[in-house]
Amino acid sequence: MSSHLPIVPIVLPMIAAPLCSLLRRPALIWPLATGVGWLVFAACAALLMQVVESGPIVYTMANWDAPIGIEYRIDLLNAYILVLVSGIAAVVLLYAPQSAASELPQDRHHLFCAAFLLCLTGLLGITITGDAFNVYVFLEISSLASYALISVSRDPRALKAAYKYLIMGTIGATFILIAVGLMYMMTGTLNMADLAQRVKMVEDTRTILMAFAFLSIGIMLKIALFPMHAWLPNAYSYAPSLVTAFIAATSTKVSLYVFLRFVFTIFGAEYAFNTLRFNDVLLPLALLGIVVASAVAIYQTDLKRLLAYSSVAQIGYIVLGISMGTVTGLTAGLAHMFNHALMKGALFLAVGCIVLRLHSSRLEDMAGLGKRMPITSFAFVLGGLGLIGVPLTAGFISKWYLLLGTLELGWWPVTVLLLISSLLAVAYVWRFVEVAYFQPPPAEASSNEAPLSMQIPLWMLLATTLYFGLQTDVTTGLAQRAALWLLGGGQ
Amino acid sequence: MSAEMAIAVAILLPALGALLVALLGQSPNLRDGAMLLVATATFIVVCSLYPEVASGGRPTLHLLEVLPGLNLAFQIEPLGMLFSLVASGLWILTSLYAIGYMRGHHEENQTRFFAFFAVAISAALAAAFSGNMLTLFFSYEVLTLSTYPLVTHHRTPEALRAGRIYMGILLSTSIGLLLFGVLLTYHVAGTLSFIQGGILAGHATPLMTGILLFLYAYGTGKAALMPIHRWLPNAMVAPTPVSALLHAVAVVKTGVFTIVKVVVYIFGIDHLSSTGFHIYLAYIAGGTIVLSSLVAMQQDNLKARLAYSTISQLSYIVLGAALANAHGILGAGLHIAMHAFGKITLFFCAGAIMVALHKTEISDMRGIGRQMPFTMAAFIIGSLSIIGVPPLGGSWSKWYLALGAADTSHLLLVGVLMLSSLLNIAYLLPIPARAFFSKATGDDGHHGEGLHEAPLFCLIPLCLTALGCVLLFFFTDPIYQLLAPIVQP
Repeated sequence: MSSHLPIVPIVLPMIAAPLCSLLRRPALIWPLATGVGWLVFAACAALLMQVVESGPIVYTMANWDAPIGIEYRIDLLNAYILVLVSGIAAVVLLYAPQSAASELPQDRHHLFCAAFLLCLTGLLGITITGDAFNVYVFLEISSLASYALISVSRDPRALKAAYKYLIMGTIGATFILIAVGLMYMMTGTLNMADLAQRVKMVEDTRTILMAFAFLSIGIMLKIALFPMHAWLPNAYSYAPSLVTAFIAATSTKVSLYVFLRFVFTIFGAEYAFNTLRFNDVLLPLALLGIVVASAVAIYQTDLKRLLAYSSVAQIGYIVLGISMGTVTGLTAGLAHMFNHALMKGALFLAVGCIVLRLHSSRLEDMAGLGKRMPITSFAFVLGGLGLIGVPLTAGFISKWYLLLGTLELGWWPVTVLLLISSLLAVAYVWRFVEVAYFQPPPAEASSNEAPLSMQIPLWMLLATTLYFGLQTDVTTGLAQRAALWLLGGGQ
Repeated sequence: MSAEMAIAVAILLPALGALLVALLGQSPNLRDGAMLLVATATFIVVCSLYPEVASGGRPTLHLLEVLPGLNLAFQIEPLGMLFSLVASGLWILTSLYAIGYMRGHHEENQTRFFAFFAVAISAALAAAFSGNMLTLFFSYEVLTLSTYPLVTHHRTPEALRAGRIYMGILLSTSIGLLLFGVLLTYHVAGTLSFIQGGILAGHATPLMTGILLFLYAYGTGKAALMPIHRWLPNAMVAPTPVSALLHAVAVVKTGVFTIVKVVVYIFGIDHLSSTGFHIYLAYIAGGTIVLSSLVAMQQDNLKARLAYSTISQLSYIVLGAALANAHGILGAGLHIAMHAFGKITLFFCAGAIMVALHKTEISDMRGIGRQMPFTMAAFIIGSLSIIGVPPLGGSWSKWYLALGAADTSHLLLVGVLMLSSLLNIAYLLPIPARAFFSKATGDDGHHGEGLHEAPLFCLIPLCLTALGCVLLFFFTDPIYQLLAPIVQP
């Protein structure tokens, strides 16, 4: 059994998805999906432990060996992402039934659930596979599933948002496909480990340069790096809350993983950062994203939209860490991927609780929420403090490394800019505080907390962000090992 | 109880007290009783640490490693011992006072108030005990966040505005400058531990030391150096017990405590004074002392006048630290205790007047000395201690500060201290003078010659703190002996 463990995270949800669409009854499908989610999480955790103990795991599909068959290759980097994605999915699935009942049409639960599981399959597949073309296949599975997940919302604007995401996402995916094709043309292999060796031999060619260009732009679209983020605010705002929580926490992170995988292990840090000076492109985009998106977030009137812009800014932090090209910087980027996923997941789950009771995510409707939903409001404030990077939250840890990274390189202006952006984060988080705690609740409003089945998952995520604010061995410890490994070319 | 346990208990007790208060919210008597009990227990635990520290021990508690090589660690040294004794001791009196005040003034949401109050004390004690700059920074931020609900307690538009300024200034300075300074220190020195003699010597160039000094001085917004002092007058919208304990003692003293601690244990007195930058900070502090005294004279609202007086007095402590010599540091340390007792007495009096006579403006306070003789007598004692007249505690700290200033041979700074004492007389003493010697003019239902003191719960604490000001004059030696080791080479 344990030798087939790597396939479990893919096969389980993939089988469960059609089952869900056949079973149809919400009372059956949600327990099934949740069970699958937790099993997958357990499998991923076991994989991570195995990798930490005894090095990378290679699994060949149906015993077809590498250049011909598809191989799954699990190392420290993707095991880390696998645990993150599956963990978030497991928690969100716990939360899903109540939230879905209020936000989705009754007759669509089974399809929604199937799409959710397919999306999970896709995201895990991208992460686990060691085959470049396979990445594209799983990317399409997860993307198509997420277009469906977004458009299922009752809000008619969700359709338009999903369509916009579809267009942008498809352009991105196509660019990635073109890049993979170009690389195959030059090297004759799709296996990442092989690619890594052979690309080096032809890296001076214009074709490889083109491949790199297509790939990086395609992925930038998927990770919503400023200014290619246009799809993100609408998609996050109009999708059902649990979808937003899941996608915001996982989808962009997995795309970032693809970015790291291709740039560092296939092209190599030397080629990307020294030959092409690619960090000269990433750095300004990341900084612009951090400042502009944070500033825009302050002026939002809708809480989901506010958090969406904050996500664009936080992606900027991660990319900034990557663009430093140093161990500290990369550690910061990886740790922030993890920490931000947990924080944003928790925040969107809190928004889901609010939407459940208010049927609105507009800030003006949240007057006096501190009185009406004290526990959820407090949870939101705690999550918000994490976004600011207040000490004792996970957000502080990644920001600390990020700032330290800039100091090491002597990038003083960047240090200052980062500190200023933390203050912008204070401003947008305080929008909620002032509305929820200082405006009197409307006369007809009664106090009405969200049900426990939604509170528990929310607090589970929140507790992890606080835990990882103090106990950093797991997050930054692993991130640092992964960073060292990446900078060594993934050998 | 081992010393390590005692440290943990002292920090956790108030936090648990907050929880207890929240749980007992339904029955106010039980809740307030529990709070007094917790406050007393905390003080006893803090006291139990005193003998070891006084005999040269440094009880230490290492919790977890937050970042590689950076622990959440607590270590008690003399300054922290003194600060924690003052904060936890005055907490008992403030709790008593708050019970009288909050009930007498019919404040709402008392449970929330007491709960956050206890969290703030917990954070202040954590700051006092912190064993490295990271822990101090953590505690500093928790203190900012936990006092925000107290400042904005009334939830009025005015409170909201004040809360914005409070958070705006304190968070932007601490994230923008203090965190920057902490990171830079770590980057330069490779450690953040508090070590006798400092950690920067040999690592930082004089210019870098100067930059760091200003990052710390202005990053510590709670020390209220001009021009980042505006949060303090704004914080006065809070109920008076908050102004008394937090904005005259715990919060602001955490600010100046941070500066003194950083000067002694991060910069090192010798290293700092060799760079020459300290004298600029001394002049900035001197400027703040004089300017805010002048502003205080123009305030008619009693709490606002006291707030500006606090700004001025805090800069005494910053000045002492910035002198970077033995007398200056000792004076700064002593002044943390002396000013605490003096200023808390004055705030208690201001609150008592508010509860008993509903007066907030100084111009309305003519003749109230006949109605509130005890309160106004305590006010005189507190004022004299702030001014620095023997036989009151405040005279000792001023004495050492002036000695320290003289040691630097910048006689202008000595002049500033003397001038400030005159200004203190000019803005503090007219208040009791007016209360005792003018005739009541107002016709507001409370006039008359009869005794009209605040409730006993308010009156007793303020008499006790006034008594404390007197006792501190005669029993300064233990404090001096406690602090002396930190300035020994």
